[in-house]
Amino acid sequence: MESYIGKIREISERLLNDGTVECVVGFRKGTVALTNEPCMITNANDAEALVWDENCRLNLANYITGRKEKIAIIAKGCDSRNIVNHIIENKISREQLVIIGVPCKGMVDKNNPEQLQANCATCTHRNPVIYDELCADLVEEQKDVDRYEDVRKVEAMDTQEKWAFFEDLLSGCTRCYACKNACPLCYCPTCFVDESQPQWVGKGTDPIDIRTYHFLRAYHCSGRCTDCGACEAACPQNIKMRNFTKKLEKDCFDLYGWEAGLTVDQRPPLDSFKLDDPEKFIM
Amino acid sequence: MKVIKIDKNTWAGGIDSLRSGYRLFGPVMQGDAHDYKELTSDETPDLAYTNTRLSPKSVVFPQSEPMFTYSLDESDPEHHLLKDAPKDYSPRAVIGMRPCDAKALALVRMNFDTEEYRDPFWMNSYEATTFVGLACDNPCETCFCTSAGCGPYHEEGLDVLLSDCGDAYVAKALTEKGETFLAAAGWAAEGDASVFEPKKAEAEAKITCKVDSSNLRDKSSLALYDAPFWKELSFACINCGTCTYTCPTCWCFDIQDENKGNEGVRMRNWDSCMTSLFTLHGSGHNPRDQKHQRFRQRFMHKLKYFVDKYDKGLMCVGCGRCVQQCPANIDIRSICNKMNGYEAAS
Amino acid sequence: MQNPYKAYPVRIDDIQVATADKTLRTFKFVFLNPEDEEKFAYKVGQFAELSIPGQGEIPIGIASSPSEKGFVMFTVFRTGKVTAHLHNMKVGDIMGIRGPLGNWYPIEDLEGKNIVIIGAGFAFTTLRSTIKYLLEPENRKRFGRLDVIYGARNPGMILYKDELVEWEKRDDINLNLTVDGTDDPDWKYHTGFVPTITETQAPQGDDDTYAILCGPPMMLKFTKPVLDKLGYKADHIIMSLENRMKCGIGMCGRCNIGKELVCKDGPVFTLDKLNEMPEEDQ
Repeated sequence: MESYIGKIREISERLLNDGTVECVVGFRKGTVALTNEPCMITNANDAEALVWDENCRLNLANYITGRKEKIAIIAKGCDSRNIVNHIIENKISREQLVIIGVPCKGMVDKNNPEQLQANCATCTHRNPVIYDELCADLVEEQKDVDRYEDVRKVEAMDTQEKWAFFEDLLSGCTRCYACKNACPLCYCPTCFVDESQPQWVGKGTDPIDIRTYHFLRAYHCSGRCTDCGACEAACPQNIKMRNFTKKLEKDCFDLYGWEAGLTVDQRPPLDSFKLDDPEKFIM
Repeated sequence: MKVIKIDKNTWAGGIDSLRSGYRLFGPVMQGDAHDYKELTSDETPDLAYTNTRLSPKSVVFPQSEPMFTYSLDESDPEHHLLKDAPKDYSPRAVIGMRPCDAKALALVRMNFDTEEYRDPFWMNSYEATTFVGLACDNPCETCFCTSAGCGPYHEEGLDVLLSDCGDAYVAKALTEKGETFLAAAGWAAEGDASVFEPKKAEAEAKITCKVDSSNLRDKSSLALYDAPFWKELSFACINCGTCTYTCPTCWCFDIQDENKGNEGVRMRNWDSCMTSLFTLHGSGHNPRDQKHQRFRQRFMHKLKYFVDKYDKGLMCVGCGRCVQQCPANIDIRSICNKMNGYEAAS
Repeated sequence: MQNPYKAYPVRIDDIQVATADKTLRTFKFVFLNPEDEEKFAYKVGQFAELSIPGQGEIPIGIASSPSEKGFVMFTVFRTGKVTAHLHNMKVGDIMGIRGPLGNWYPIEDLEGKNIVIIGAGFAFTTLRSTIKYLLEPENRKRFGRLDVIYGARNPGMILYKDELVEWEKRDDINLNLTVDGTDDPDWKYHTGFVPTITETQAPQGDDDTYAILCGPPMMLKFTKPVLDKLGYKADHIIMSLENRMKCGIGMCGRCNIGKELVCKDGPVFTLDKLNEMPEEDQ
């Protein structure tokens, strides 16, 4: 993806020079192997600092929530879908943005750089769905990928096995909330875990509270999650919490034919009502 | 103090002898990384690691710790009175901790053991623990302990320091507690004290990462606080708790009451200055409601306020965990260098 | 050493609704174990953590004076989970008090000096403690002139009104009550914001005159320049701060401003000390 960097820098410099935007949100080279640091540049001379490679795992849409300036943002496929979500949910307006689209070939797994990150391996929306400029030609979307193989494996387990699977999955969680804070969807001024009147979730390490947190967060993301993988990339304990969001993504697809963030013209299913919405679970 | 040679073929036997007198804690591979846990009767500490993911501070300062119990049942004559939660302060030993983590606990002690107040939970755990360190012969690229008043063979906070010498460990007892520990394990063969100096020099030379903090003490706290670079430095930060939870010198905590029916527990949980809830007043006012203010607080605390308050150097031992684990690549080394070199415009 | 996290058990002995809008209540607590009252011996300006098992703890300034024996008094504003629960409690209920915590108004260092006490809203609690203490016969003669300026939004929000009305009549205290505004025809005292009244009623600052200030950020912001104009030096202005607290003993780390912990190095700071500390509201 080296050719991308040249184009990204060129576009950013131009947009800042002619005043189209006040800032560019992208990545700068990390100080540790396999990491890059999200950054914001406001000066055209700093465009040289922008980089792009297979370690741009965090979702930059997370950094533009609620901002008021004119912003250029470098967005790969999943990031662009989260930008669509942000526009639908009024967290940013389309007019504020110049989206520099990045046709993405996938990020590498931070623990095993020989292979692609799990969500990238099964990605079917590598090209940005919304953009103003492109930094490279569009890439071919992966076909014949089974996005829900892992989900079906768990669905096939019996109750005991499922319990053991999830107990083990969440056993290392320290409630650091890196997953929640890296997620562009999680922008509530007071998250449900922080409410005190009433208090929904305890604040300690009781496994019940850890599970409640992960389940409820996944539900709050359902119909909106684009499987960008920022949550798993951010987690310092390598917890695979996409097991929850993938299941809900599959359910949304099966029940409502829905994929999140593909167009600004449709609201997510859990936020709108159609007469033919499935009702089996209540009637 | 004694120097003992522990032949590695007597290691497991010695550990077994210790089990009757100590609860043992040590690094064990859990999933894909080493972390400290209480060793079961057939586990030995796995010393083939660079450093653990989470620090051993949880041995002395668990993430969630009951402080008191209480009954809310009005028919109970002692209702609404706080009762001490049952505790086990029987002797325990942490085996194989790195010198950086041991020094960290010695620094944290200054917070919990003051002239006016003594935190019984932290102090009783700390004093019941024997700290057996394993010197670092192969520091990693993010280690900067030698810039943080520490080092791969640093002895502060340890009761015993082990150096891996191939088919044996050479163990230097540093305190009486350390000598008691070595005796309880049955390790008594005399060791060669002279191995430490050259190995220490060799290990220290391997540390490539240098961080300069020499000017911080003399810099004005207000000037650093008002420096213009905080917003830029904090842009990538996602205000999670990763750095604070993994850091061995972080100690901030929260107190919460959790009830179940008519009974409850007053608990102490790790807390993080990176969260917005940390300083949220009951009135709704929050002096640190913006990300860069919380970010600034963390680094000012570690690299300046602590320096001013105790005059014992940084509140950082250079273990490098936050650098490795931060999801957004916030790097305390660059921030320290930036603060250290900052000149306020006059 | 006593476990500093453990509260002395107390019983609620009296509850008074303190303001017309009922958002503040004044509680009197009595120690279940009489010897705890001595252990709790406090000074003016200190605070305590009111501890309700099952709910949590809140740091509240002590409103009673150390000279008032047999009980400890607090006035609490209902604003969150624990204060809401406290407001629903009844006389006879059991809870806990931890303390006394923090430092105190350095009254004993001000013997022979003039003291000007300026407060607003419900920050007046520790100031009531101070005034009550100073007015005790054995104390009053040790100090010089005593001025008080206390304001609230309207007459219904004045705390300890009956007491203040009585004190106003005394000639060993120059008590100025003010409200921001009112259409109550029986209001006999000042109308105007505290900084404005301070400007006209407070004595000139000099080496022998000290101001003790306690109030919401807005009031402090506008009163400080008035005192400056009147000639009060920063080391003659004593203030009491608030912050989010949990442990109250300087260990949990959350209440710091710079390297000072408001619960332990404060809450009382002189203005010159505060000027060396970062302004956390920026």
